Amino acid sequence: MKLSTNFVKDYVDIDVPVKELAEAMTKVGNEYDSQENLISATNLVIGKVLTCEAHPDSDHLHVCTVDIGNEVLNIVCGAPNVNAGQKVIVAKVGADLPGGVKIKKGMIRGQESNGMICALYEIGIDKKFLSEEDKNGIHILAEDAPVGEDPVNYMGLEDSVIDFELTANRGDLLSILGMAYEIGAIYDKKVKDIDLSYNEIGNDINNSFKLNISTPNCSLFLAKKVENVQIKESPEFIKNRLIASGIRPINLVVDISNYVMLECGQPLHFYDFDRLNGMLEVRQAYSQEKLTTLDENERILDENDIVISNGKDGIGLAGVMGGLSTEVEDTTKNIIIESAIFDSVMVRKTSKKILRSEASNRFEKGLDPNRTYMAINRACHLLEKYAGGTVVKGMCEYNKADLNDRIVTVTYKQINDLLGANISKEDILDVFRRLGFTYEADNEKAKVTVPRRRLDIAIPEDLIEEVSRIYGVDNIEGKLPIVPMKSGSKIKTIREIRNKMVNLGLNETLTYILINDKDVHKYTNDEFEELKLLDPMTEERNVLRYSLIPSMVKTYEYNKTHFNKDISIFEIGKGFFKKGEEYGENLKLCCLMTGNYFESLEISKPVDFYVIKGVTEEILDFLGYNGRYSFIRPKNELKEFHPGQIAEISVNNDIIGCVRKITSRYI
Amino acid sequence: MREKIEQIQKEAEEKISQIKNMQELQDLKVKFLGKKSELSNLLKTLGTISPEERPKVGSFVNEARTKIENRIQEAEEKIKAIVLSEKLEKETIDITLPATKIKRGSKHPLNRVIEEIEDLFVSMGYDVVEGPELETDEYCFERLNLPSGHPARDMQDSFYITDKYLLRTQTSSVQARTMVINEEKSPIRIITLGKTYRREDDATHSHQFNQIEGLVIDKKDTKISLADLKGTLEVFMKKMLGEKTELRFRPSYFPFTEPSYEVDVTCFKCGGKGCSLCKQTGWIELLGSGMVHPNVLKMNGYDPEKYAGFAFGTGIDRLAMFKYGITDMRYLYTNDIKFLSQFDRKDEE
Repeated sequence: MKLSTNFVKDYVDIDVPVKELAEAMTKVGNEYDSQENLISATNLVIGKVLTCEAHPDSDHLHVCTVDIGNEVLNIVCGAPNVNAGQKVIVAKVGADLPGGVKIKKGMIRGQESNGMICALYEIGIDKKFLSEEDKNGIHILAEDAPVGEDPVNYMGLEDSVIDFELTANRGDLLSILGMAYEIGAIYDKKVKDIDLSYNEIGNDINNSFKLNISTPNCSLFLAKKVENVQIKESPEFIKNRLIASGIRPINLVVDISNYVMLECGQPLHFYDFDRLNGMLEVRQAYSQEKLTTLDENERILDENDIVISNGKDGIGLAGVMGGLSTEVEDTTKNIIIESAIFDSVMVRKTSKKILRSEASNRFEKGLDPNRTYMAINRACHLLEKYAGGTVVKGMCEYNKADLNDRIVTVTYKQINDLLGANISKEDILDVFRRLGFTYEADNEKAKVTVPRRRLDIAIPEDLIEEVSRIYGVDNIEGKLPIVPMKSGSKIKTIREIRNKMVNLGLNETLTYILINDKDVHKYTNDEFEELKLLDPMTEERNVLRYSLIPSMVKTYEYNKTHFNKDISIFEIGKGFFKKGEEYGENLKLCCLMTGNYFESLEISKPVDFYVIKGVTEEILDFLGYNGRYSFIRPKNELKEFHPGQIAEISVNNDIIGCVRKITSRYI
Repeated sequence: MREKIEQIQKEAEEKISQIKNMQELQDLKVKFLGKKSELSNLLKTLGTISPEERPKVGSFVNEARTKIENRIQEAEEKIKAIVLSEKLEKETIDITLPATKIKRGSKHPLNRVIEEIEDLFVSMGYDVVEGPELETDEYCFERLNLPSGHPARDMQDSFYITDKYLLRTQTSSVQARTMVINEEKSPIRIITLGKTYRREDDATHSHQFNQIEGLVIDKKDTKISLADLKGTLEVFMKKMLGEKTELRFRPSYFPFTEPSYEVDVTCFKCGGKGCSLCKQTGWIELLGSGMVHPNVLKMNGYDPEKYAGFAFGTGIDRLAMFKYGITDMRYLYTNDIKFLSQFDRKDEE
């Protein structure tokens, strides 16, 4: 979630540097990835192009004189749209632009240039947010832009953005209002009211528009109609805040739906009223039902997806994306606003399958039904104020949602016992007050009314976490749990075998258990079903290994190609299998030896069958099997192994392992 | 007669003093002490001597014999010593020539760290337990308060092999197993360490990695608390990363704990001053922890009214990388024996 600090300041009075705010939020559990000014360029000034002539030595450059208030600069400019009389953004000598560009005095093909006339993308706004003109040339400011002043301030782009990595339980923070409550709790500030006022006229919408909700996976559905909206460009503050929040401005009406989603956390959808048949239906999709979404992709749906329809055809994928056939276009006059809550798990599955969107992200985390009402009214307010729309009287309403706040009771003792702290009743109640929770308290406990927006709080432990977040964990002193004197136990045998193998001169490896299905049946005659991953990351590693030998051979090959000699390696790890319907795993020891076991100037001992047999015996004797094992010739041959140098290890007639020489063809 | 014996003795001593090797000595031995030697012959003539003289002469002969025998023995020692010293001289070698290579084995660095952590917690009274790597959805997620469709499952993109079985994404699955297996529902104090798997692979993430997980559950009247968790993790981190290490508890969210905390430690590269590793913050995020969620206790058979506890977990790979100054996680899984062989000696204290 990208938080525009300008935006949140509409709802909470704070005046702290952005870095400090980001750190304070981190301390209460909201980590951030980055914090920066929306415009990172420095030394910018508004200038007026006085003259603009073609560069004598170039077919596309211009030589301009630019008045920046206290002086007139000579600037060579390459933009195709530069012209005399324009108000422009000038980066003065000494300016730092994003991407490490530094503006210096210079000569460009023999002409002096003392600055740069900038495009918006050159001062730090991503091209994806810009209009076609701004993508292809310098930004032209309005005629009344004050020469010599700061253009960032003038354009309302003086904003800073914190990019938060929110935890999965805090869906409430996917809204400016939620952020305002959180910041308000930290700095003890009250959250300001949101303006939901507008006038209503005409016949009640319920006389001309119907809802039909036929799925239990929609708990709340609201619709309002706004007539005669003007589709045009949004005011600067709306565009700037959308850009700061990472959303591309499109037109005023679409922008308002996104703006309200950012403010309230409730995704809205606007339909072109005149392209509906006087109704909206919410139902489960049919198997193989087709729907073309706003992005002009045809999607194939099934019974686990929720669709909005006009009574016949699907016109929107609930919670994920609207449909193309009823989208708001430049010619749209009258709109229906949808504000609804769909089942979070179902939206999550659909969006995982089809498309992740800003809307689906919010539905998945859960929504406060009060905000569903708030958002539709806020949209009416903004459409009336900025798009000249008139709001039609009444609202179509389907409501099976629980709008009540939760009541959770916690005792002060519970809090202090679990935290190992000694926090006073006053301090505890103060935390609840700052969070905007109301309570009834006596000397033992507080009965806390948790606003519906905090869907994450349901049990006393959740309130204890709130206390520890806002009160601060730093104030709690660490200690060690009291244990009766005893020493614990550990898994000894594995460590002993590991030590023994190391003492025998082998290097321990640690390989991946995921291998390629081509290798899984190698080096064994055992018949087994491969355990394939449903969704492997790469085909190279798509199955669980049965034996460790393929892993060890791969390790050998790697070392051989890296000119390592005398490779003697071992690993203690798991092989996996399926038996009947059950899955299982075995811990195995595998050892691979090549080259010389030891060598000196005169003699060396190459590894052969008997060396590895010797290692095997060392381990078996060490584990107390002496006298109980024997090496026997196996009945069947294995193509990868030397038929005359292969043995099975038998203990009390059980085959527990093998010693084999891999033929050179397979290694 | 007496003169004759003394003369033989004298002659023998003279000859013995001149001999050079064992063979000559052997010859002299035969000549002076053998059956056909003069002394032996003298003894044979004793019968011709008067009975009064006989014992005297006899003892003269034996005296001479003993003396010659002693001389021969001395000479033998001398020659042996000479022979030995000649032999040793011949066997002298150039001690500066290269040594015979003895194969040196090595323990994988991750397992070295695992053993160190095991020993630390065992000394604090914990049992080390283990669980399957091929886990069921039930133990990996559901019994840890992560029902199907829960958004937090996104944090852990998993390798499923059927809709029920998956490679465990976290060692926390062993928490649930330990609680379920413990039929008496007695207090628990365990750690578990081992391999875990997630669908991610880049410079700082490997799809296979290792975690350690700790779980302590006790009766509520022992007042097991966040303070105990803090103290335990302080000991753990200071032991692994150095006494100067500081910890910062940041509230966070995990479905299996409530309250939950992420724990940052002083950056081990810059010591907290700020560097590229810690993104100039001075802190490295290292552990997840919290007080066991009442739902987790309940789902696994413990009464949350009577029991409470804490749990924590961290990645072992990063600890090993720090401890041995390993710069790239991939080295841990490439198994180049030049790399592995470096871990063949004891750690610096």
